[in-house]
Amino acid sequence: MDGEEQSVVVELIIALVKIALVVAVIMVLVPFLVWGERKYVADVQVRIGPNRVGPFGLLQSLADGIKLMFKEDILPGHVDRVLYFLAPIVMMIPALCVMAVIPFGNQITLFGHTTRLVVTDLPVGILYVLALTSLGVYGVVLAGWASNNKYSLLGGLRSSAQMVSYELPMGLAIVAALMISSAKGGEMSLVSIVEAQKDGFWNWNFLWWGIGFLPFLMYWICGIAETNRAPFDLPEAETELVAGYHTEYSGMKFALFFLAEYANMLNVGAIATTLFCGGWHSPIPIEILPKSMGLLKALGPVFWFSVKVGFFIWAYYHLRATLPRLRYDRLMGFAWKGLVPLALVNILIVATIITLGYREKPVPPSTSQRPASQAVGMAGQPGPGGF
Amino acid sequence: MLNPYIPVLILMAVAVAVAAGMSVATSLIARIFRLRRPNPIKSQPYECGMTPIGGARVRFSVKFYLVAMLFILFDVEAIFLYPWAVVHRHLGWLGLVEMGLFIGILAAGYLYLWKRGAFEWD
Repeated sequence: MDGEEQSVVVELIIALVKIALVVAVIMVLVPFLVWGERKYVADVQVRIGPNRVGPFGLLQSLADGIKLMFKEDILPGHVDRVLYFLAPIVMMIPALCVMAVIPFGNQITLFGHTTRLVVTDLPVGILYVLALTSLGVYGVVLAGWASNNKYSLLGGLRSSAQMVSYELPMGLAIVAALMISSAKGGEMSLVSIVEAQKDGFWNWNFLWWGIGFLPFLMYWICGIAETNRAPFDLPEAETELVAGYHTEYSGMKFALFFLAEYANMLNVGAIATTLFCGGWHSPIPIEILPKSMGLLKALGPVFWFSVKVGFFIWAYYHLRATLPRLRYDRLMGFAWKGLVPLALVNILIVATIITLGYREKPVPPSTSQRPASQAVGMAGQPGPGGF
Repeated sequence: MLNPYIPVLILMAVAVAVAAGMSVATSLIARIFRLRRPNPIKSQPYECGMTPIGGARVRFSVKFYLVAMLFILFDVEAIFLYPWAVVHRHLGWLGLVEMGLFIGILAAGYLYLWKRGAFEWD
């Protein structure tokens, strides 16, 4: 009993270390993401971009943060005080919490304890992600309403309608991703979804039968819309709404909105990587490093995960630099008349392929009590997509 | 074994602490160093320098309510697809046909909405 108690304590400590790591990485990375975006967009527009503070302007975001902290924090007289303070906090919390279930590496052994590089492997991981990402809309709506400013209200309303409309096709795209990975033995847990995409990039979900690309693209489009980024940045369209829902915000409260937006970008990139691009798996399953280099070997998956998320972040930058903003009616029409029916048809096509190609006897009622992992494990026959 | 939901709880607590700390604590600490000179003009709603006409509590398009209602409808239906998506491989043709029926009914409602112009934004 004593030993078991001890192992729980050890696990708790490991969990705390991982949580600290994840939160710290997000908080440290965001200023550099902001710098990277400014630099990249400047480069596309043949400007120089930030280059004064620190080498290559690397410390620009830090300087901005300090400025935001020490400039006058204007509390406008017309706002709803409680909601005005609450909104940026409500925005930030789910942005940080989503990372809890995303596996950013394989197992690692440190000081004799082996642990997976994921804060926690929830059996309903994907539902947790969906639940938290849909909470993000509250921050925007509360901010728009509490600001008591016409632009802010319009921005908040637009944003709520937009995020809600794109959440639907996003959910349906994730259904397709779940089906594809369940055909390879995955479940709702994100670790099992990553595990189902092992052994080379041709097993990644977005390449599945040539149709996996469709939910991948749909998820990515919806992810951009959910994070209110260009070309779907109508909630903060500066040419018509000043800054939308955060027009009336200044100081650290404004900084929180900013942080939350970039943390959400990281989240969307990480979820796209996990669901469609093989998570932390390397594209080609070759063992380069010898077993003796244990720690370095364990960091390889982290490297691949970072590269993939980095690609999505780059795609965010590039889309922002190249695409004009959509018109609002087209934006809503695209979600409801384009993506939703496409997602439904896509689900049916994927289901038909799986029923044809991954045929398996129905589980008899007497054995259906077994854990799902065992039931999946007995599906040994390699499907056409399994190579 | 540690309950897998405990780290989630801890992370949520950390997130609350970080978010609340950043907006409350920093503004308290920085109050020592920071100017605070409110004046009536400064605390007006920002409308590009113009004097605001009327309040922000204006009527807005009823379309937003429609979108919210449609979302509730379709999102609840979409959630029904999740358990099926995980196990449908074991269900064979029966599962496919049943879900085809479900999506068919969903599509009928969807087409009706389209026909009635619920998705037009004018």
